[in-house]
Amino acid sequence: MTSTAKSSRSRTRHHGAAAVALAAAAALLTGCSSGDTSDNPLDGDKAEAGTVVVGSNNFAESTLLADIYGEALRAKGLKVTYKHNIGSRETTYGLMRNGSVTVLPEYNGSLLAYLDEKAEQTSADAVNTAVKAKLDKQLTLLESSPAEDKDSVALNAATAKKYGLTAESTLADLKEAAPQLVIGGSPEFQTRQQGLKGLEAVYGLKFKNFKALDAGGPLTQAALAQNEVQAADVFTTDPTIVKEKFVVLKDPENLFGYANVTPLVRKDALPEEGVEALNAVSAKLDTETLLDLDAQVQLEKKDPLDVAKAWLKSAGLV
Amino acid sequence: MNGFFDIPSDLQNTWTGLIGMHLREALLPVAAGLLLALPLALLCDRFRWLYPPVLGLTTILYAVPSLAFFVVLIDYTGQTELTVMIPLALYSLVVLVPAIADGVRSVPDETLSAATAMGFGPVRRYLQVQLPIAAPAIIAGLRVATASSISLVSVGALIGNQGALGNLMAAGLKYDRPELAANAVLTTALLAVLCDVALVALRRVLTPWMPRSGRERTAAPHEELLTKGAAR
Amino acid sequence: MNVLNFVQAFFGDSAHWHGYDGIPSRFLEHVQYTLLALAVAAAVGLPVGLLTGHTGRGGNAIAVVANAARALPSFGLLVLSVLLIGFGLLPVMIPLVVLAVPPILVTTYEAVRTVDPAPVDAARGMGMPEPGILFRVEVPVALPLILSGLRSAAVQIVSTATIGAYVSLGGLGRYVVDGLYQRDYEKVVGGATLVAVLALITLALFWAVGRFAVSPGVRRR
Repeated sequence: MTSTAKSSRSRTRHHGAAAVALAAAAALLTGCSSGDTSDNPLDGDKAEAGTVVVGSNNFAESTLLADIYGEALRAKGLKVTYKHNIGSRETTYGLMRNGSVTVLPEYNGSLLAYLDEKAEQTSADAVNTAVKAKLDKQLTLLESSPAEDKDSVALNAATAKKYGLTAESTLADLKEAAPQLVIGGSPEFQTRQQGLKGLEAVYGLKFKNFKALDAGGPLTQAALAQNEVQAADVFTTDPTIVKEKFVVLKDPENLFGYANVTPLVRKDALPEEGVEALNAVSAKLDTETLLDLDAQVQLEKKDPLDVAKAWLKSAGLV
Repeated sequence: MNGFFDIPSDLQNTWTGLIGMHLREALLPVAAGLLLALPLALLCDRFRWLYPPVLGLTTILYAVPSLAFFVVLIDYTGQTELTVMIPLALYSLVVLVPAIADGVRSVPDETLSAATAMGFGPVRRYLQVQLPIAAPAIIAGLRVATASSISLVSVGALIGNQGALGNLMAAGLKYDRPELAANAVLTTALLAVLCDVALVALRRVLTPWMPRSGRERTAAPHEELLTKGAAR
Repeated sequence: MNVLNFVQAFFGDSAHWHGYDGIPSRFLEHVQYTLLALAVAAAVGLPVGLLTGHTGRGGNAIAVVANAARALPSFGLLVLSVLLIGFGLLPVMIPLVVLAVPPILVTTYEAVRTVDPAPVDAARGMGMPEPGILFRVEVPVALPLILSGLRSAAVQIVSTATIGAYVSLGGLGRYVVDGLYQRDYEKVVGGATLVAVLALITLALFWAVGRFAVSPGVRRR
């Protein structure tokens, strides 16, 4: 009996110790949570009323453009939060529809091809009209900028030389060589109309293999440069095209259509001054500017937000 | 702008902020797993037939890759921290249930009988006798679950900036800046080591009767604990 | 959403059964990555574990190495090694091997160290050379635990090889990552099912090897 009594006493002691430890752990955890700015996850991720949520996809240019939009809106006194690096259009479009993101940098023709695979893309204006007709009722496109960044199929220099292809060659000229080539692109490129599906349907291109990389990012650039893939989906504003002497093939059938940088917004999310601010950005943003800004981020490794702010200032937009 | 600590703006966080987020996303699930595992292990101890099916089910759950869990959960819980934490809580549960059940089972029968003779009911006996004696085994389970959780949080970067220090790893890839990935790997490893040290210290506080040396076990330790994964 | 419907749709689609992105070739790739990583990890972990377990020395060093390796995040190591090394199998093998060495090393060490000293002393007394003691006395007794270390390493590799798809590796992770970006749940759920099935096959194989290789006198559990 005495031994039980003793062990009972020591039991009480570890109880005290356990309680202290638990309290300490709890304090640590709640301390961490209170330091965070995000909302309670149980509230879901709906945008707060009055706040503009600018989203971006998982590639550098999308982040840069989102920063430009966000900072332009902020300069008009709007409350802006960012949701960066979300993923592909397949995901971000859904988030726009359910309202967790309210402004998103988009590319008009690419968005149209996503909404309607068979849509003809005859002019930038026609594309925007067609997109607006297909969009969810809550969403609309603002004015397109002249800046264009299309998907394109690029070959590395060695492959182009081997098959006698130049910057004057078209995708149709690739038909003979394609079955010997591995093509790379983002995972979603594999199933998109502006991707493997369209390349086969429009140009009859059947490649030996597809290697999933990233959305025109460092993986794609490195894989093409190192001949891991011989062809790849490269964005036309990619600064490495010039640097690595990639050969971009012409697209006479206009598979990749128009890809003017255009804000996709929720109608109820932006007040008039916000719409004006984004339209002012679009008016100033041309392809040459975009190339330069991309190079600052991707080659000079500047922070996209700094690049965005500096450009807005130099363009007189803030 | 390409120093070791220059966090890209699109992560919308500071280095210390990422650490806080990482700890929260990793440790809350372990705590939740522990809270769920305690009653489950009691049930497994009371009803022995329950243990094999529970063990089988948890083994299957453990085999499902974390990324797939995250992706499927996005539809229910959105691109939030919760989406990352739910699977991690499940993985913790998978490690902790066998750890606690075996620890509790190792309590000698005479000890249990003594407690019963003193008038302890099953729940009180579980909480006040079995769990304290099983503390070393439970802490061993917590160490594995915590290390695993800290490593796995990073994968949350793939579902849109939800991976804390993992976001920094993904940013390293996105901007082709290896120093960011190195920073994230080293910081994550440091967090794992510190949490492990804290758990060892906690064991010493909770089990003052045990030897203080590092080598705590004399018998072969439970294989599940030796072998359950730290990461994937 | 019904997960079972997705599983059914995924496996019922004949397009998923052939070509470089078909289930057979992705499954085979996954098995290849697993076997390669497991072989490398075993080549590192087994000899060191056996030797230290036999001599009983170096236990603290092993604990330090194993804990350090466990602390390294697989996803981060993957990204870092791709950034530093580039493409190919090597950058993907690094995180998988780092992941698999600790369980193999620690269990092998513990398994050999905790073998009942009586038969070991008897063998030594009978003049058996040290390698004989290790391989004919200690290893047979320690085998179940050694196998459990290998088994756990294998299951973790199977599961972790999935994230290799993020940096363009093939294998079953392709379905999960592609499904994420293509917003195709069929693929995600189908891929996850295949990974889980492969993990269970791995468990079954190790169980069978255990039945076959462990001497009946040792097999009690």
